[in-house]
Amino acid sequence: MDPSAAKLIGAGLASIALVGAGIGIGTIFGNYLQGALRNPSAAPSQFANLLLGFALAEATGLFGLVVALIILFVF
Amino acid sequence: MIDAAYAAEGAEHGGGAAGGLPNPMHQFEIKRLIPFELFGFDASFTNSALFMLIAATLITLFTVYAMHSRALVPSRLQSVAELSYQFIANMVRDNVGTDGMKYFPFVFTLFMFVLTLNMLGMVPYSFTVTSHIIVTFALAAFIFLGVTLIGFWKHGAKFLKFFVPEGVPIVMLPLLVVIEVISYLTRPLSLSVRLFANMMAGHTMLKVFGAFVVALGFLGGWAPLAFMVAFTGLEILVAFLQAYVFAILTCIYLNDALHMHHH
Repeated sequence: MDPSAAKLIGAGLASIALVGAGIGIGTIFGNYLQGALRNPSAAPSQFANLLLGFALAEATGLFGLVVALIILFVF
Repeated sequence: MIDAAYAAEGAEHGGGAAGGLPNPMHQFEIKRLIPFELFGFDASFTNSALFMLIAATLITLFTVYAMHSRALVPSRLQSVAELSYQFIANMVRDNVGTDGMKYFPFVFTLFMFVLTLNMLGMVPYSFTVTSHIIVTFALAAFIFLGVTLIGFWKHGAKFLKFFVPEGVPIVMLPLLVVIEVISYLTRPLSLSVRLFANMMAGHTMLKVFGAFVVALGFLGGWAPLAFMVAFTGLEILVAFLQAYVFAILTCIYLNDALHMHHH
């Protein structure tokens, strides 16, 4: 195979990391809503944790992006 | 809208990428404003340094000017300064404890610096300093070094117990200690890559969709334009959120060094 084609395929494969980030963000917001609807008075106190969890989960997807960019532009 | 103009500017200067679209990476280019060499090293004053200087000046001016009256009933500007103080003070108190308050100035400076750099990056035609991994890695490496030194200074050699989880069978220990040490050593990496990747991915995406607006023209450009407006809002949220996460993780690391998991 042409090495440049393999590079593009590799970069595309690296973006599969977004699956995990999507599942993670969905889980975080879904569970937050579930908890917030069951006990609305406790919801505001957990908002900071929600944002923290969102940022941490989103970052894992972006690590995949970084891998893709490294494959594309460094090698 | 603004970002469409931004992309159009990129089309003039940074064109030549595949498909005729402007190169979305063009915005991250570091330009030498004042070329300067120091002991054989390139120490030029770059646009990155310029924006760091602008951020530091803005923060200093904001805090000094907002607090100059020190009114009991604060003006709007003063209450913004007090809010940001309280926001970080609560974060440090909740995550590190009252004995961690002596590190509050550091965390506050860090948060304001990263936040201002991220927000400056959202201004069209500006440069996002935090979208360069070397900048975020330098910040994270200094935090990591400082926190480790604080841990050893506070606990001496007992700080090594931090890597030995409690209540674990002896057979498992060699494996777990290695895992703990590796996870500790990857902290500066994950801290810096998180901020850098978020900033770079967001700005690249803005640029790519900005190019779509221009490429699709007056008739078709409205759909990506609407997306752009929403995404710019999300990017401003992310700019704040990443500064917040950077500061809170610093607090968590500090807490680990000061209290070693258990209080």
